[in-house]
Amino acid sequence: MESAPSPTSSTITLHINGEKHTLSVDHRTTLLDALRERLDLTGTKKGCDHGQCGACTVLIDGRRAVSCLQLAVAAEGREITTIEGLADGERLHPVQQAFLDLDGFQCGYCTPGQICSAVAMIEEHAAGWPSAATEDVRPEAGPPPLTAEEIRERMSGNLCRCGAYVSIVQAVARAAESAGQDGAERTTTGEEAAA
Amino acid sequence: MREFTYHKAHDVAGAVALLGADPEARFLGGGTNLVDLMKNGVERPSRLIDVRDLPLDRIEATEDGGLRIGATVTNSDLAAHPDVRRRYPALAQAVLAGASGQLRNMATVGGNLLQRTRCGYFTDVSRPCNKRRPGSGCPAVHGVHHNHAILGASEHCVAVHPSDMGVALAAFDAQVTYETADGSGRLPLADFYLPVGDTPHRETALPPGALITGVELPPVPVAAHSRYRKVRERASYAFAIGSVAAALDVRDGVVHDVRLAFGAVASRPWRARTAEQALTGARAGADAFAAAADAELAEARPLPDNGYKVTLMRNLVVAVLTELAEEAAR
Amino acid sequence: MTTTTTRTPFRGRTGTAHTRVEGREKVTGAARYAGEIPFADLAHGWLVLSTVARGRIRSIETEPVLAMPGVLAVLHHENAPRLNTDYVGLLGKPDPTWAVFQHDRVPHLGWPVALVVAETSEQAREAAEALVVHYDQEPHDIDFSPARTDTVPGEGFVPATTEKGDLEAELAASAFVVDAEYTTPEEHHSMMEPHAATARWDGGRLEVVDSNQGAFWVVGELANLFSLDPASVRVVSEHVGGGFGSKGVRAHQVAAVMAATELQRPVRVVMTRRQMFYLTGYRSPTVQRVRLGADADGRLRALEHHSLSLTSAVHDFVEPSTMPSRVMYDADAHHTAHRLLRLNVPTPTYMRAPGEAPGSFALECAIDELAEKAGLDPIELRLRNEPERGPVSGLPFTSRNLAACFREGARRFGWADRDPRPGVRREGRWLLGTGTAAGSFAAGAGPSTATVTAEADGTFTVRIGAADIGTGARTALTLIAADALEVPPERIRTHIGDSAFGRAMIAGGSQGTRSWAWAVRTAAAELRERLALGADIPPEGITVRSDTTAAVAALAEKERHSYGAQFAEVAVDVTTGEVRVRRMLGIFAAGTIVNPLTARSQLVGGMIWGISMALHEEAVRDAASGGLYGPDLVGYHVPTHADVPLVEADWVDDHDPEDPIGIKGIGEVGIVGTAAAVANAVWHATGVRHRHLPIRPDRVLQAAAEVPHA
Repeated sequence: MESAPSPTSSTITLHINGEKHTLSVDHRTTLLDALRERLDLTGTKKGCDHGQCGACTVLIDGRRAVSCLQLAVAAEGREITTIEGLADGERLHPVQQAFLDLDGFQCGYCTPGQICSAVAMIEEHAAGWPSAATEDVRPEAGPPPLTAEEIRERMSGNLCRCGAYVSIVQAVARAAESAGQDGAERTTTGEEAAA
Repeated sequence: MREFTYHKAHDVAGAVALLGADPEARFLGGGTNLVDLMKNGVERPSRLIDVRDLPLDRIEATEDGGLRIGATVTNSDLAAHPDVRRRYPALAQAVLAGASGQLRNMATVGGNLLQRTRCGYFTDVSRPCNKRRPGSGCPAVHGVHHNHAILGASEHCVAVHPSDMGVALAAFDAQVTYETADGSGRLPLADFYLPVGDTPHRETALPPGALITGVELPPVPVAAHSRYRKVRERASYAFAIGSVAAALDVRDGVVHDVRLAFGAVASRPWRARTAEQALTGARAGADAFAAAADAELAEARPLPDNGYKVTLMRNLVVAVLTELAEEAAR
Repeated sequence: MTTTTTRTPFRGRTGTAHTRVEGREKVTGAARYAGEIPFADLAHGWLVLSTVARGRIRSIETEPVLAMPGVLAVLHHENAPRLNTDYVGLLGKPDPTWAVFQHDRVPHLGWPVALVVAETSEQAREAAEALVVHYDQEPHDIDFSPARTDTVPGEGFVPATTEKGDLEAELAASAFVVDAEYTTPEEHHSMMEPHAATARWDGGRLEVVDSNQGAFWVVGELANLFSLDPASVRVVSEHVGGGFGSKGVRAHQVAAVMAATELQRPVRVVMTRRQMFYLTGYRSPTVQRVRLGADADGRLRALEHHSLSLTSAVHDFVEPSTMPSRVMYDADAHHTAHRLLRLNVPTPTYMRAPGEAPGSFALECAIDELAEKAGLDPIELRLRNEPERGPVSGLPFTSRNLAACFREGARRFGWADRDPRPGVRREGRWLLGTGTAAGSFAAGAGPSTATVTAEADGTFTVRIGAADIGTGARTALTLIAADALEVPPERIRTHIGDSAFGRAMIAGGSQGTRSWAWAVRTAAAELRERLALGADIPPEGITVRSDTTAAVAALAEKERHSYGAQFAEVAVDVTTGEVRVRRMLGIFAAGTIVNPLTARSQLVGGMIWGISMALHEEAVRDAASGGLYGPDLVGYHVPTHADVPLVEADWVDDHDPEDPIGIKGIGEVGIVGTAAAVANAVWHATGVRHRHLPIRPDRVLQAAAEVPHA
């Protein structure tokens, strides 16, 4: 940590989407507010500000977390990935592409959180983590197949009031499948999605 | 939210020293409960001691064949750990039943034990609450108490402890280890949470300034055959209205060993020792399971709107023990 | 895709799935919502709400707060600008709930008493929390009970009562009678994006960046309140994170304008999730009594539907829950009535399918109970009671394809194989059941204006004051314009959410897309005719403006509705009280479907609201304080992913012959009847009728204890 200009704020360096940002933060500032109010990274959404909706989900050191309960000052030194950091230039991340193609959103406000959550969730599943939907959690039982029920349970920390859940689950399943096929690219247009 | 100073601790002794005897200082773990409460004005610390990076993030075997779980192990890592899943599956299930994937990645074992009740009066600073403002009264007793305690409560507080993890830990005789400026200590989980009585604001037996360093699970053979079932008002991402951690060893149709703990019914994870005693040595079966549950719940004192929990817990005990017995028979 | 314009026949895009035109922005986080537009010199306002439910503000200790770091101002009833509230806006008189800081009276807990403005949001929050307000508290009244004698007739947008025939005589002559009371709880919109507004003055013009369902509507209200020329007020609301009826004029815009006026710098006010539960409206709880009487063959002789809802002490809002009865079924004696109780609570408001959502729960459960009594299949009973004309109005229907919905739904759901007996299917710990219900929602249109510009580069620009609150309106209007211009949608740019584009219908009443499409199509068609004359396009383009006011007013008075048949399968564990919806199917007759991809999403979303209403949602009031208990997304449950199974929506051919495109509107019909279908399925699973929502575990447990066989 850099020298503190006052005891209730600090100058910190945040690593976000591969870039370093040095800024002075009030210790009360959450990572969410630092992203939105200070760094103009407004893709991360504030839905409840209390960890009750998942709209503010980002990846911290590769793991999904709610940025509204993460103090910015305590995030120094961690690798943070936001929705703005997922696409590879113009090429959308497979999860983003699947959400777009399958209409996995309506108002779009929970969407960045859903997408970040799904990206990490697919990796958690690939790492063999069980979930509350896993019938037998013992390691001997092997990794659970990523059924719709598993996706639903694992994505339950992301509320969607518009009720886009059905197509979100389909999008996550498609993206997970493509990730399993070494990221096979999908670039359907709007019309092809109808087929 | 009040302004505060922030200090990152790098070792346990340093963390304890940083906190000192300051009643307005708090340890910050994953922040999933503390930051939430700070935003609601329930907690107004003047100093935060960040303990997230302390070297307490390991799960390792103890000499006696149990498990030592560091205080900063995240809920996710705890639930994913092969030894936990193999030897204490109900603990993994309990952790997975709690919160969400995001919150489990942040929340720590130490913080989970110290999380505060979600009673709606406690989290609303404009309302009275004996836990938050001692002596101000408990509006839940005559107010909204649909999801409040039926066991071990008092007229001063009827809030429930929200932890799922703690229920499994209670069933498996966990011990909480801690560090103070005067040295280290340990508390059985059974003694960790204080009775409500007329001091609901005193929640744990931790000495002032103590930092939880971890949880130790003794070897519990019966725990390998265990299960956690949680009932809530939606299918996920909600606190329990009733839960059961159970482990069962049936030999020749007779209960050889059993562990039973309840969640969301009391101010602490409720170890159902009366039920365990009633069952040990009894013939396994729905009747015995029901009788044991009834024995445990005989001391339940439901309020006008939470009597359903007595039925729920009785049914849950029967259902979970029956499932465990049937699985063992297969 | 090529952009050549050869003589191959034009293939219209209406009716073809198209991903959202702003979809890429939304999945990359590039779409900016109201609280996300940067402003130089921005100050942050934080609302302070009353902690008592009735009384007067004795004093506000502003001095210590003004001395806190960064604090710029504390606005309250003694120093805030005076507002004009003597006017009638688009939806009636202004609700004092959002005409903030005008007097010292407190009519409900959560009443806005002050706005603290500071340099940063952290400073504003801390100062707002530190602000001490002294009240002279008075006893409050929040007792919502049908036994009360001080209810008043519920005169809202529809008449309080309708009455024909001798009800008691027809009931007495009926072979089968149902007489039941149904209740629904207080429900909150809980859209994901909190209400947020930034106000600033720019050279004598007021600009508000907001999240709302009608920018032009908000302009009208703000201009009236602040006595401004509407032409000097601009409201922009490009992306809206859900509305559901709640995003009109609220305390945050008014407070932000006040603060921007006082400080002469941009001020942003964002509500906290808890504040939203007090400041943004909600659906009133209802107590409904339904009496049905039928002949031996199931034909209705008597239908009575009474509903009681509540409102605040300062403004009347009626939840018109008997509306379904006024549309769905006729009877020789047909009586409906709304009554209202004024209490010390915030004013309720429109929430997705106002009236129809709670009303269809009561009516469609009662119909199911009648089917049980009459020994008839519930679909057959409904088909036998299909009316020829509006039961109350006597007017003809434009099109009424409810029967087709039931036929198609029954076929796809496998209804023919259903064993009507309740409580006889088990799978492990779960009892299984299926249920059905009907629904409808009024299809209307409001006057709108639009412009379509042919640009010199061969593209087209559509401008309309529409709002896309998640409906897909922006995409639908793009397709409508493309078809009218006979060009690919890729050549259209559609701009919405700006009051500068002129008067337009709000995103509400399931009328948005229909109303806007009408205006866009009219302008685009005229533009195409002009271009067909071979006009050269000047650098500024050629713009055609439309106004549908006269066309909409010329619509004949008829019964215009969308319809739906809802099917649900549930599993119930009566030992724990858990209810899970296993699958759900809705078949709709909802006019022309412009974009099947987004339309399906919207209908499915509505059905998920029905699951939510049936099983989860309930705001609970604390009698002692008069406030809400646990007003946040932990205390107030909306469904999670895990609560929602495969929900399918589809539609039958339907067409409104009097609309140029045949659109009816789909925003609300998806939720209508859904909760009843779930409740009817719970009965079929367990043999117990649940007449009180939500069907919580404790209610299922209690019912199981009372019915030994279940």
